[in-house]
Amino acid sequence: MATLEIRDLHVSVEADNATKEILKGVDLTVKQGETHAIMGPNGSGKSTLAYSLAGHPKYTITGGTVTLDGEDVLEMSVDERARAGVFLAMQYPVEIPGVSVSNFLRTSATAVRGEAPKLRTWVKEVKEAMERLNMDPAFAERNVNEGFSGGEKKRHEILQLELLRPKIAILDETDSGLDVDALRIVSEGVNRVRESGEVGTLLITHYTRILRYIKPDFVHVFSAGRIVESGGPELADKLENEGYESYTKGGVSA
Amino acid sequence: MAEAQNIPVGSTTAGSIAVAAESTVATRMSAPPSFDVADFPVPHGREEEWRFTPLERLRGLHDGTAVATGDGVRVEVEAPEGVTVETVGRDDARLGRAGTPVDRVAAQAYSAFEKASVVTVPKETVLTEPIRISVHGEGGTAFGHQVVELGAFAEAVVVIDHTGDAVLAANVDYLLGDGAKLTVVSIQDWDEKAVHVGQHNALVGRDASFKSVVVTFGGDVVRLHPRVTYAGTGGEAELFGLYFTEKGQHQEHRLLVDHNTPHCKSNVAYKGALQGENAHAVWIGDVLIQAAAEGTDTYEMNRNLVLTDGARVDSVPNLEIETGEIAGAGHASATGRFDDEQLFYLMARGIPETEARRLVVRGFFAELVQQIGLPDVEERLITKIEAELEASL
Repeated sequence: MATLEIRDLHVSVEADNATKEILKGVDLTVKQGETHAIMGPNGSGKSTLAYSLAGHPKYTITGGTVTLDGEDVLEMSVDERARAGVFLAMQYPVEIPGVSVSNFLRTSATAVRGEAPKLRTWVKEVKEAMERLNMDPAFAERNVNEGFSGGEKKRHEILQLELLRPKIAILDETDSGLDVDALRIVSEGVNRVRESGEVGTLLITHYTRILRYIKPDFVHVFSAGRIVESGGPELADKLENEGYESYTKGGVSA
Repeated sequence: MAEAQNIPVGSTTAGSIAVAAESTVATRMSAPPSFDVADFPVPHGREEEWRFTPLERLRGLHDGTAVATGDGVRVEVEAPEGVTVETVGRDDARLGRAGTPVDRVAAQAYSAFEKASVVTVPKETVLTEPIRISVHGEGGTAFGHQVVELGAFAEAVVVIDHTGDAVLAANVDYLLGDGAKLTVVSIQDWDEKAVHVGQHNALVGRDASFKSVVVTFGGDVVRLHPRVTYAGTGGEAELFGLYFTEKGQHQEHRLLVDHNTPHCKSNVAYKGALQGENAHAVWIGDVLIQAAAEGTDTYEMNRNLVLTDGARVDSVPNLEIETGEIAGAGHASATGRFDDEQLFYLMARGIPETEARRLVVRGFFAELVQQIGLPDVEERLITKIEAELEASL
């Protein structure tokens, strides 16, 4: 069973010629089949955790370890992590002019699966996945994220999640900027992948709203660069009622 | 409007739209157009038309010290039936009709060539196969002149391939009769030491369509001057360009569309990618709408993708409008770095870095290639770009 283990992770960024520590010792274990919600106020370091796990060059790991089934993730390049089974659904997916969605998806699936998917089954696979996400078939011929609405970008991220079938899925604020209908469609997509039992999900969010659609097994409160409290789904209810105030007051600024 | 994003250090993207009584396109040149090299002073490098060009690498083309050698270039013309291919002397009346040299090297080429090549497509002849002109450098120095003339309502595609190593100053004239359609693909795929300077003049007849695709990959210095004027109303010109400027290369494209006639159209789109230390691309886009040219519709665009540090782009769109009675006029220029966020996004989907870079560059060019509208030319360019990417990324 695939397991992502994060131990005492410290991460810094360079800003204005100064080094700023964002993550200050994160410990977390995510197993295949589990869903962990990471919740916290803006600036608490949630997205830094997501991007650090994916290997974004902006973030410098200054301490700790991350392993996937015992393999050192931090030693891997960005693409190696993806091929090892780590998937990051991004909050702000970038435009790639001149590269069609269908070309991109196939190139990506070929890289992750280690061989080019058979054309006939692939076309069917993509078509069906797009239908489930209420995406127009014409979407496949558009350039990656170019002129996509916020909802289209997120659906496109979840489409990739469905097609790439990672071991660990990190969803970085996938719910932000979505109306209720789009949120439902996107959540259903995530749930289909979860139901396979083959993915461990790290759901990063500011709001409790998405947790009505995607039920977490564990909820972690993130504040000032570390997990400050962990619990079951009931912790989300507490946050819903009380907000993050009790975690941020007392001098620990985000 | 000129726009600029994320401009790499040392690059410029300056543009202007001037509404003027008198054009500065002509007046800022150091001498008026002439066929005689003696009418141009030897450039020192600070002139408007030479300030971006490394004169010391022109191998004497600009100062009269370059002398033709026997082993300059080998020119072969392969033409389908119905096309006339001639080698003519300097006094042939068809030479120089499409335009007059505007700088010293173009005038040097015109003053120094011994024989010119004239390719003629008779009126109403519609070719189904392209005319292929191969210009292969044999290591020496050469001056040349090429004329391509289409009679009224003739249609042709001409592919000019430049390969090998040479120091070449050569001009090309395109003469389009009324209603003629000419597509020219000029590929500069030189070896790394080659120097190639030339002026391409198109004279577009009434209701004729001229499409130029300039593709520059190779050479030490390539400096081309594609120019268009109109001989009658209703003419259309599309000028597309692609360049891939690598370490140490200087690739300069200086365009002029002279809207001297009412109700003509022009569309200019050039895209370049640069990588490596001292890769230098220059793009000058001059569009002049003369007072008489009412109903003109024009747009010009230049985009550059800088893949590594140390490369430099100078991109200068310049639009001069002497009449308000036009259908449309605009320009855009942008130079940006290779976007690391794009790279991260693709790599985060398992795509290895090299492949991700290729995907981005291929996409950047694909947008332009798709506009060319000739499937076999598009395919050839995509293949060429692939090969270039394989070799360099």
